[in-house]
Amino acid sequence: MTPELSASLALLTPELILAVGAMVLLMIGVYSTSRSSTLVTTLAVLVMAAAAAWLLFSVGEGKAFGNSFVVDPFARFMKVLTLVGAAVTLVMSVGFAKAEKFDSFEYPILVMLSSTGMLLMASANDMIALYLSFELQSLALYIVAAINRDSLRSSEAGLKYFVLGALGTGMMLYGISLVYGYTGSIDFNVIASTLTGAERQVGVLFGLVFILAGLVFKISAAPFHMWTPDVYEGAPTPVTAFFAVAPKVATMALILRLVMEAFQPSAGDWQQIIVFVSIASMALGSFAAIGQRNFKRLMAYSSIGHMGFALVGLASNSEAGVRGVIIYMLIYVAMTLGTFAFIIAMRRKEGQVETIGDLAGLSNTNPVMATILTILLFSLAGIPPLAGFWAKWYVFLAAINAELYALAVIGVLSSVVAAFYYLRIIKIMWFDEPVGGFEPMPVELRVVLGASGAFVLFYVLIGGPIGTYAQAAAKTFF
Amino acid sequence: MTDWPILSTVTFLPLVGVLLILLIGDDNENGRRNIRSITLLTTVVTFVVSLFVWIGFDNSQAGFQMVEKHEWLDSGISYHMGVDGISMLFVILTTFLMPLCILASWESIQKSVKAYMIAFLLLETLMIGVFCALDIVLFYVFFEAGLIPMFIIIGVWGGKRRVYASFKFFLYTLLGSVLMLLAMMAMFWQSGTTDIPTLLTHAFPASMQTWLWLAFFASFAVKMPMWPVHTWLPDAHVEAPTAGSVILAGILLKMGGYGFLRFSLPMFPIASDMFAPMVFALSVVAIIYTSLVALMQEDMKKLIAYSSVAHMGYVTMGIFAVNAEGIQGAIFQMLSHGLVSSALFLCVGVIYDRLHTREIDAYGGLVNNMPKYAVAFLIFTMANVGLPGTSGFVGEFLTLLGAFKANTWVAFFATTGVILSAAYALWLYRRVVFGTLTKDSLKGMLDLSGREKAILYPLVVLTIFFGVYPAPVFDATAQSVKALVTNVTASINAAQTAAAN
Repeated sequence: MTPELSASLALLTPELILAVGAMVLLMIGVYSTSRSSTLVTTLAVLVMAAAAAWLLFSVGEGKAFGNSFVVDPFARFMKVLTLVGAAVTLVMSVGFAKAEKFDSFEYPILVMLSSTGMLLMASANDMIALYLSFELQSLALYIVAAINRDSLRSSEAGLKYFVLGALGTGMMLYGISLVYGYTGSIDFNVIASTLTGAERQVGVLFGLVFILAGLVFKISAAPFHMWTPDVYEGAPTPVTAFFAVAPKVATMALILRLVMEAFQPSAGDWQQIIVFVSIASMALGSFAAIGQRNFKRLMAYSSIGHMGFALVGLASNSEAGVRGVIIYMLIYVAMTLGTFAFIIAMRRKEGQVETIGDLAGLSNTNPVMATILTILLFSLAGIPPLAGFWAKWYVFLAAINAELYALAVIGVLSSVVAAFYYLRIIKIMWFDEPVGGFEPMPVELRVVLGASGAFVLFYVLIGGPIGTYAQAAAKTFF
Repeated sequence: MTDWPILSTVTFLPLVGVLLILLIGDDNENGRRNIRSITLLTTVVTFVVSLFVWIGFDNSQAGFQMVEKHEWLDSGISYHMGVDGISMLFVILTTFLMPLCILASWESIQKSVKAYMIAFLLLETLMIGVFCALDIVLFYVFFEAGLIPMFIIIGVWGGKRRVYASFKFFLYTLLGSVLMLLAMMAMFWQSGTTDIPTLLTHAFPASMQTWLWLAFFASFAVKMPMWPVHTWLPDAHVEAPTAGSVILAGILLKMGGYGFLRFSLPMFPIASDMFAPMVFALSVVAIIYTSLVALMQEDMKKLIAYSSVAHMGYVTMGIFAVNAEGIQGAIFQMLSHGLVSSALFLCVGVIYDRLHTREIDAYGGLVNNMPKYAVAFLIFTMANVGLPGTSGFVGEFLTLLGAFKANTWVAFFATTGVILSAAYALWLYRRVVFGTLTKDSLKGMLDLSGREKAILYPLVVLTIFFGVYPAPVFDATAQSVKALVTNVTASINAAQTAAAN
C-alpha cells in the first residue's frame, strides 16, 4: 500500500466503517435463522454511531484520492448531522416494523448504504465523485421508497420517485458533461480557477443549471418538488422520516460545496437560480400545505417550504449565509425527527392514522404528546424563542446583509402564511372536541420526541456553542 | 443586595410557579385548588419582589438601571436587561395585574386549569421580559413568544368564535412583527450591534430611517392597535376569557406604545418627525371613529374594546407630539388605561359570571340589588370618560396639552373624542346599571363576593389615588422622558439645519 493510498483511506474511515458494516450486517441478516430485523437495526445504529464518533473525535482533515475527496470542518459537520438523522430514523422504525409487519432486515442495510453515499456526497470535490456518491444514495433510496412492496401506495411512491429521480440524475449528468466540455476539468478547484476572470460562457451556464436542477430535485425544492407529497404519503412513515432528513442534509452539503467551490466565480449566475428556487419553494410550501389533511402530506409541503428558507442563506453567498444554512439544516433535522416520531406514534387500537383530524382534542387525551407537538409546530412556524425562529433568524440575517430585500420580505411573509397551517394543527389538538386518544407511545419514540422537544425548547440556552461550531464549519469556504 | 439580578428574578420567578404546577395533577378538585393557590402565590410574590425594583429605582437618573449583561448567542447578541423611567412602571403594572387575573379566573375557569395557569405564568414572564430587555433580539423573542400563550388562552377558554379570534390575533400580530424582524437585522448590519443602549446613540442615515421606521410601525401599530389595523382587537377581546381580556387591554396593548417610545422615536428621530402628521391623522381618526363605533355596540366587551382603541389614539398622539407633556401624558395614559380598562373588563366579567351573556340589553337596573358593584363600575366608567379626579383625566389632559403645542387642529379634533367617550360610557352605564329592575333573570343576582371585592377595590383605590396624586408616576418617568425629548429634538433640529444648508 503506498503512503498516499493509506493516507487517503484513513480519511475515508467513516465511510469504510459504514460500507463494511453494511456488508457484514447483510450476512448476519441472510444467515440468521429467526427474524433478525431488530438485531440488524440495532447493529446498524451502533455502526452509524461508531462512524459518527470517528468523525467527531478524529482530527484527520485534508484531501484524498487526487483531490476528489475532501474532509474539512464543513464536511464533518454535515456528515455527523446526516448520520444522526439516519440513525434516529432507524431507531424510530423498530416499533413500527413490529406493529405494521414491516420487518425486513434489508431496510436498515439499505439505509446504511444510502448513508454511505451521503457521507461521500458531503466530501465530494470533483464531478465524478459527486455523481457516483449521489447515485449510491439515490439507488438505495429508490428501493427504500418502495420497501413495503405489498402496499400499492408504497410501490407507486417508489416508482414515481425512481422515474423522476432518474430524469433528474440524467439532467445532472448532462450538465456535468457540459461543464467538463467548457472548462476541461472535473475537479471543483480547477473549474473555479478556469472560470475566474474568464468570459461568461453559455455552455457552462447551461451545465450549471442542469446540475443544480438535478440536485435541487433531491432536496425537493420547487419547481422540482412534484414527487415529494406522493412519496411522503406513500412510503411507510419511518421511511418518510428518513427521506425528510438525511438526503436533504447531504444534498444541501453537496450544493453548498459545488456552488461555493466550483462555481464561486460565477456567483451572480447561480445566485439568481437559488433566489428563484427559494422564493418558489417558500411560496409553494406555504400555500399548498393549507389544503392538506394528511399529516405526512402536509409535512411534505412543510419540508418544501423549509428547504426554501434554508436556500435563502445560500442565496446570500456569504459566510453568514453558509452558517445560516448549516444551522437551518441542524434545526430542521431536530424538528422533523420529532414531528415524525409523533406521526409514527399516531396509533389507535385499529391501527395507524394519518390525518390531522385524528388529532382532535389530543390535549385532553394525551396531554404530554400534544404539548410537545405544539412546541414543535410553533418552532416549525418560526415563533421565538423556539429553535425554528433561530434557524430563520440566521438565514434572513445573511439575506439582509446581501441586500436581498425582496427575497427576505417574501420569505417572512410566506412564513406568516405557513404559520396558519401549523396553527390549524394546534387548533385541532387544543380547541376541538376529543375523538379518542392514541395508544401509549413506544419508549424509543418517547425518547426521540422528548429529545427533539427539549432541543427545540432549550435552543436559546445552547445556541451559543452551536453557532460557534456552525461558524467554524462555514469558514471552510472563505 | 445591590448586585442581585433583580430584573431576571422578577422576570423568571413565574417560571418557578410553572415548574411547581407541572408536578400537580388537575384531575381532582384538591389538585385544582392547589394549582390555583400556587399560581396566585407566585404572582403575588412576583408583585412583591417587583416592588423592590420601584423602591431601588433612582428617579434622578435618566439612563438604564439595574442592568444585567451576559454573553448569550454569537454575533454579539447578549442577554441584557435593565429598566429606565419609561419601562419601569410597566413592569410594576404587569406584576400588579397578574394576581387580579388569577383571582378573576378562580371560579370561571374549570376546564384544564393546569394548562390555563401555566399559560398565564408563561405570559407574565414574557411580558415582563419585553419591558426589561435591552437587546433588540431579546426584545423580539419576548415580544413574539407572548403570542403562543395568548393564542392558547383565547382559543381554549374563549367564547363561541374563539377559533376565528385567536387566529386573527396571532396572524395579524405576526404579520406586523416579521417586518420589524427584518428591520432589526438591517439595524444590526448597519450599526454592528443589537444592544439597545448602543443603538440609542447610533445615528442611522436618514433614508434608512424611513424604512426602518415603517417596519417598526407595522408591528407596533398592529399591537397598539391603531386604526385601521385595529380590527383584531374587538374580536380577541370579545372571545377571550375575562382574564385574557384584562391582559390584552392592560399589558399587551402597552407594548406598542412602549415600542414607539423605546425604538421608533429615539432611534429614528428624523423619520418620526417626517411621519408625525400621518400618526396624528391616524390617531384622530381612531379617537373619533372608534368612539362612534363604540356607541353602536350591543356587546359590552366590544364596546370597551373600541374604547381602548380610542384611548390608545391619545397615546400615539402624545408620543409623536415629541414634547415632555405629550410623552409623560402618553405614559400616564397607558398606565391609567392599564388599570381602568382592566377594571372595566373585570366588571363585565363579574356580571358575565352570573348571567353568561355580554348583551347590554340583557341587563338593566343592577343598582337595585348590586349597589357595591354599581359604585365600583361608576368609578371606572368615570375614569374611562376622563373625569378630573380619576387617573383617566391626567393622561388625557396631558396628551391633549402636548398635542396642542405641536398642532392645534389635532388637539381640537381629539378633544371631541372626550365628549364622545362620555357619551358611550355613560350610556353603557345607564343601560346596565340604572333603570328599574324588570328582568326576572337579574333579580337573583348577588352583589360582589369577597373575591370580587379583593379584585376591584385595589383598582378603585389606585384609580382615584393616581387621579388625585399622580406625582409618583411623573417622578419616576420625568428624567428619562426629558432625556428622550432632548435627544430627539436635537437630532431633528440637526437634520433640519443640515437640510437647510
